[in-house]
Amino acid sequence: MTVQFKPAETFRDTFTYKKSPEDLLRFPFPFPEDSYMYSVNIEPHVRGGPTAAFQAVFDIDEHYIAECKERARVLAEDPKRCQVLPHMMTAEWDTLELIMESLAADYPEHFTLSKDGDAWTWVNRPLGIQQSFIFGKAETLPCGPFEYITRQAQGDFTLQDQREDNLFVDGGMVTTQADWSLEFDIGMSFHEWHGPVPLAHEKGVFDRALKYLLRLQYGQPVRRLNWTMTVNPRLDTSPENYPVWGPDKASVTPQNVADKVHLRVELQTLYRLPRSNAILFGIRCYLTSVADIAKVPKWRRRLHRVLRDLNPDIAAYKGLPRFREMVVDYLAPLDDGAPTSAGIAPDIDKIEA
Amino acid sequence: MTAAQPFSVRVREIVELAPSLKRFSFEPAHGGAFPTPPAGGHVLLTLRDGARVMKNAYSLVSPPSERARYDIIVRLVAQSRGGSSFLHRRVAAGDVLEMANPVSLFPLASTAKKHLLIGGGIGITPLLSFLPELKARGARFELHQLATLEEVPVFERLLAPYAAGEEIRVHGGGRAAFDLAGLLARQPLGTHVYVCGPHSLMDAVASTAAALGWPKGKVHKESFGGDVTGLPFRAVLRKSGIEVEVGESQSLLEAIEAAGVEAPCLCRGGACGQCATSLVEGEADHRDDFLSAEEKAAGTLIMTCVSRARGPRIVIDL
Repeated sequence: MTVQFKPAETFRDTFTYKKSPEDLLRFPFPFPEDSYMYSVNIEPHVRGGPTAAFQAVFDIDEHYIAECKERARVLAEDPKRCQVLPHMMTAEWDTLELIMESLAADYPEHFTLSKDGDAWTWVNRPLGIQQSFIFGKAETLPCGPFEYITRQAQGDFTLQDQREDNLFVDGGMVTTQADWSLEFDIGMSFHEWHGPVPLAHEKGVFDRALKYLLRLQYGQPVRRLNWTMTVNPRLDTSPENYPVWGPDKASVTPQNVADKVHLRVELQTLYRLPRSNAILFGIRCYLTSVADIAKVPKWRRRLHRVLRDLNPDIAAYKGLPRFREMVVDYLAPLDDGAPTSAGIAPDIDKIEA
Repeated sequence: MTAAQPFSVRVREIVELAPSLKRFSFEPAHGGAFPTPPAGGHVLLTLRDGARVMKNAYSLVSPPSERARYDIIVRLVAQSRGGSSFLHRRVAAGDVLEMANPVSLFPLASTAKKHLLIGGGIGITPLLSFLPELKARGARFELHQLATLEEVPVFERLLAPYAAGEEIRVHGGGRAAFDLAGLLARQPLGTHVYVCGPHSLMDAVASTAAALGWPKGKVHKESFGGDVTGLPFRAVLRKSGIEVEVGESQSLLEAIEAAGVEAPCLCRGGACGQCATSLVEGEADHRDDFLSAEEKAAGTLIMTCVSRARGPRIVIDL
């Protein structure tokens, strides 16, 4: 695949972020059916899948360079967006190994990893990085191994330690988050950090998901899709910065709704790590405007139906009430009532101009 | 990331460590490197002796930094008719075997202030994979290996690469002379104990630690787990009009898929509920976390990804 990177696009202030037609078709649309409710929607993370976003272990797209720049800006303003507790150092190296090996194998034109025993050299051509270091010796890298490699990956990552039959979020790189805070959650157990989610606790979703993840096996990663909606293509919607982005919600009007409101999808992946037995949780964020979604007939029909019938508690938790009605009103005339096929694939291979 | 399929391995070297102990080194049969071996991990070898197929689990003893080869140590059990005898007597360098991706059910605790390792006999094997990892972490540890008198030098040789300046001891005086209670009693707070060996030893460590007030989460016993396996059975797929044999290391879902029948599924681990299928006849051995206790007792649904038949035959609505 030949990706044309767009290094100058922005995710704040000027918001020049845009999707090419190819990028739109690879979007991991999150709704496999015309209605939505919480479930343990976890499946094996195998190569392939309904769109091109599922082709690699860690997906790289045309926004790679711009996203890495945005991450660096967020970290410069607030270094606490990356924190790892001291007992997770082994998991940090596990993460670096997994991400470097996966990127080098999936994108040999962009990344190269060479090894001579513990002496490794990493080349990241899109970001213009060449780094030699000793695996296992943190002082040979410019920063901790987890921070080093996740500065060069799209999406957020957290590290979960497994002990006492529970998972604890003991580290993370969190700069593209949907309104949650690593600084607040770090050290929490599985049910603690999922505390705010409505309905799902009562349905036993988290009890089952925890049991499943405690058994997650090395070499058998799993994935799920999660979603919300964000005004403007803003990656960093953190509680710390709520005063910056919260007021955006009031800027949505029936005239600008399609361009302003974005469906925000997280392709979440979970990997058991070998040395540490920790779990690496990847939260890869994809933003697509309602106007772009409207270019795909199946997706616009389905998004209309899902939002129209959405449980009000879920809508409130996801912060949609200020603009949900406007999105539904925009999409309603575009939904001809035709049945939609099961699954998330766009069912077209070209976007009509 | 491709969900772990079994791979072919070639026997690269066999070394006799003692009359009943051999170390087998494997390399990927088709080149390349193995996945990083997990500390305390094991692999499942498929051994084909004529028509007989055995699947045996062996701890990996090679360090996480070693990707060119995987090593296991196998004891020839007296009167073995199974895997250890086959490996000792029938397998030679150059042979190709089938191996499953490594699994780790005996990991090191990341929050331990100190690691106390106790091995009995061949139970030394996962401890051998812990040692380089503990050294790499700069972690504090202590190791005690129980052995028969004649095997003391064998185990001392295996431990020698890690022994310099460390508390590593091989005990040849039998269990009676080994002061387990004293050892556990003098450990500092925050110590985790790991034991691998005969069940009697593992139980003794667990009960002694409990009696001394150790928290349960600080006591770790080697386990090869694998809760999808069980006795073979036959499943009749009523709608498809076929019958499938479910092997002992195969799930019902895998057997259905192998027969070319498309069955609903998502997580493949008993959590999401997608594969719930009506159970028309027979009794289920429920192993999922999805169905409620009442639903399990009602006996009308089965989760094909993890649950099995309790008995020789079931009929399901697929």
